[in-house]
Amino acid sequence: MRNAFADQVTQLAGEDERVVLLSGDIGNKLFDRFKERFPKRFYNCGVAEQNMIGVAAGMALSGLRPVVYTITPFTTTRCYEQIRVDLCYHRAPVIVVGTGSGLSYAELGPTHHSLEDLAIMRVLPGMTVLAPCDESELRAGLALALKLDGPAYFRIGKKGEPRVHTELTDFAIGRAVTLSQGTDICLVATGTIVPTANDAAAILRKRGFSVGVISMPTIKPLDTQCLARIFGAYRMVATIEEHSRIGGFGSAVAEWCADAPAARAQHVIFGADDRFLHEIGSQEYARRVSGLAVESIVLGCAARLGALIEV
Amino acid sequence: MTTLAIEHLALPQLTALARRIRAHTVVNSHQTQTPHLGSCLSCIDILVAAYFGVLRIDPKHPWHPERDRFILSKGHGAPALFHTLAQRGFYPQSRLADYGQDGSLFGEHPPTPDALPGVEAATGSLGHGLPIALGMALAGRIAGSSYRTYALLSDGECNEGSVWEAAMLAAAQRLDRLAVVIDFNKWQATGRSEEVMALAPLTDKWRAFGWSVHEVDGHDIGALVQMLSRLPDATGKPLAIVAHTIKGRGVSFMQDDNNWHYRIPNADELARALRELEVAP
Repeated sequence: MRNAFADQVTQLAGEDERVVLLSGDIGNKLFDRFKERFPKRFYNCGVAEQNMIGVAAGMALSGLRPVVYTITPFTTTRCYEQIRVDLCYHRAPVIVVGTGSGLSYAELGPTHHSLEDLAIMRVLPGMTVLAPCDESELRAGLALALKLDGPAYFRIGKKGEPRVHTELTDFAIGRAVTLSQGTDICLVATGTIVPTANDAAAILRKRGFSVGVISMPTIKPLDTQCLARIFGAYRMVATIEEHSRIGGFGSAVAEWCADAPAARAQHVIFGADDRFLHEIGSQEYARRVSGLAVESIVLGCAARLGALIEV
Repeated sequence: MTTLAIEHLALPQLTALARRIRAHTVVNSHQTQTPHLGSCLSCIDILVAAYFGVLRIDPKHPWHPERDRFILSKGHGAPALFHTLAQRGFYPQSRLADYGQDGSLFGEHPPTPDALPGVEAATGSLGHGLPIALGMALAGRIAGSSYRTYALLSDGECNEGSVWEAAMLAAAQRLDRLAVVIDFNKWQATGRSEEVMALAPLTDKWRAFGWSVHEVDGHDIGALVQMLSRLPDATGKPLAIVAHTIKGRGVSFMQDDNNWHYRIPNADELARALRELEVAP
């Protein structure tokens, strides 16, 4: 995914001379082509993320379109006040990209995990929040985010994420992408965990459930039309995110539900437990112990509908 | 395209202007019962030197892309900035009548630029102004513009790590059209700035961080004009101006008394202050 990011930002910089890329001393070689083509528009801001966000704000207030890139905790929690004040309060059109989001860097330990970023980014006034599920959503989202009047946050994976969409047409910020339809369970996932939702759907279908899957790349603004539709059409809506169950995508949907008409599907939130992972492992391992394995989602959904099944 | 101009007032006019802005600021504190008077009085001569002797700006075209930028990073000096911008013609003085009232734009910290043209950044949280100024200076270089960017910081603000992050990147980028001005009044909110965080030696610190450093009497408007006009600095480095100031400058019983960081003058103190500033109450 980060290779797709580097490629797309290079392409976008070729189309729009306002695009500037700021990196927090990561991406060695990743941005070589960008640097080669646009040497005056690449800045390694060092291991100094607070300053990097302020610099991006100053550039945006001067008419440029900065894109800021580093590992998720360092481009979110480390410099949160700068994002709040310099970007959001000023409505500065800066794209903040967090790479290796969620549990992508499971093997690096909790300093490099990000299970809080959706919560703290979506609470900021004027912030657009995206978690693309694959390369195609990322590419389309980046191109559109450059047209926004204010800041946007992208949480992306690292490398080797499977493609979800063979063809992605008509992509829009704030609009869900329906992958399949059903009547019993709608699995709505955001970010790189969408393939897990597809896998869970396949198993649930074999057990006799009618299952739909939706990719929801934009957490803010939420596609409320889609929510209204699925909460009316399905018996259950399960939101799935590689993020804490507190404050993230599922919470955003629950907030919408609180104000929505009474008759609706029940809502189940699949997300990470409220704890730091003290055990090292692969991303797959980290997802499993966080309750985000395919089996956990399948069993959780079936149990909520009163069905005892085996996986 | 309009022409940007430096106001170029003569020294006696600049001095009179600084006295007038001081008086407005003291009255403002009393009338609205708002603090930070000592911090405002500390930096007014720097603001006057910048806005009336150095900055190429046009109040009628506040978004002119070639304008010089000035960020009051010590945002709690907002009343001083508001009165300076009014005197410079960005808006009539009368607009400040609703300072601090419900629904007003004018409060204890500067609002965003889109809300109040003339303000370049909404500050108030310390340590933000220099990184933003650095971004503006880089944007100017990318665009091939010749505008200059200034950030006015307090000495207490130099506690913030983000200031030194910006200092290192600005030096690495050799941004010779960027200046930081330190309002060095030797106090921060609750104590001597050298004692709270071992600030000394402040000039050596900026020099060690790769900046061209100069010291100046922060109440000598003529010297300040000369110093601020050094941009672009001949050394090719960013410019750090350490302006030695006195907190509460201009009112004898407020000078160098840190109680006036938060204290608000009563009616009697207001009258005494205005007498000293030679302005009728």
